[in-house]
Amino acid sequence: MKGPWVFLPLAAFVALVVLMGAMLMGDRNPAEIDSVLVGRAAPALTLYALEPGGEPLTPADLKRGVPVIVNFFASWCVPCRAEHESLMALAGEHKVQIIGIAYKDKPAAARAFLEELGNPYDKVVLDESGRAGIEWGVSGVPETFVIDGEGMVRYRHWGPVVGDALETRVLPAVEAAR
Amino acid sequence: MKHLLARLMLVATFALPAYGVDVDEVPLDDPAKEAEARELMKEVRCLVCQNQSIEDSDADLARDLRVLIRERMAAGDDTDAVKVYLVERYGDWVLLKPPVAGRTLILWGSPLLILLLVAAGILMRRRAAPPPPLSADEEARLKALLEAAEANGKEPRG
Repeated sequence: MKGPWVFLPLAAFVALVVLMGAMLMGDRNPAEIDSVLVGRAAPALTLYALEPGGEPLTPADLKRGVPVIVNFFASWCVPCRAEHESLMALAGEHKVQIIGIAYKDKPAAARAFLEELGNPYDKVVLDESGRAGIEWGVSGVPETFVIDGEGMVRYRHWGPVVGDALETRVLPAVEAAR
Repeated sequence: MKHLLARLMLVATFALPAYGVDVDEVPLDDPAKEAEARELMKEVRCLVCQNQSIEDSDADLARDLRVLIRERMAAGDDTDAVKVYLVERYGDWVLLKPPVAGRTLILWGSPLLILLLVAAGILMRRRAAPPPPLSADEEARLKALLEAAEANGKEPRG
């Protein structure tokens, strides 16, 4: 080993340190995997309403000509409680239509959850078996999807919408979908 | 003591099957298909615990996916069709062994790359020139040292 080659191990080491440092410093969550749904049509499902006798969710609900947000939540999910404030702001001051899908939840528990914290949803439907969650590629609650007026998925937010996520991620995605 | 042992054996007999399939998970009627489904479950990643397969995960979602796999196979899907179904929803990530493709080339290629680098390193060392032969002066000094050692009654070291 002679010449510039002697520096090869050092260069490899420095490159590794830089790479690992960048991964540590970045705000990347290793548990967060990009949704394959982004850029594709939202799953066309029909789901029953949470309220007895309420309107079901139909594929037409996701093609309203305006952006719609689909939010998977559950009364048993603690992060869902944390992000609820953001959803209320979305529905209130930002006037975005939100469809809530109660994932693997008991209807009575989901109703109690919304009564306690307020209901930000335009429509709330049930996914008691979790099958709708699988169709949407959901790995846990909460997950939030931004759907454009044509029914195409534009953005998926993994985990709760808390902190500045509403301003920096969800709202820009809604704007972009208009 | 005898009773205790008998009781333990009784408990073991009835408790052990619990380690198999969950109570609400019904195996497929066709044992061959069930075996195929089990093999597939070992290849599907649990999206909650991530580095486990759904076959050995207790997560709720893993259970749902096991039920779904059995359902689809009972309906006539082969394992490839079930894989396509899962990948369409969760991406390649859902497979513990992702397919070889442009996106996964680094993943699959890195062991080969490391092997090549090591081989190149070994070759470079081999090719390094052998040390030059001793000069006349060094030869003389070596001889003197050896003779001195012998005179001291010590065996020169091999």
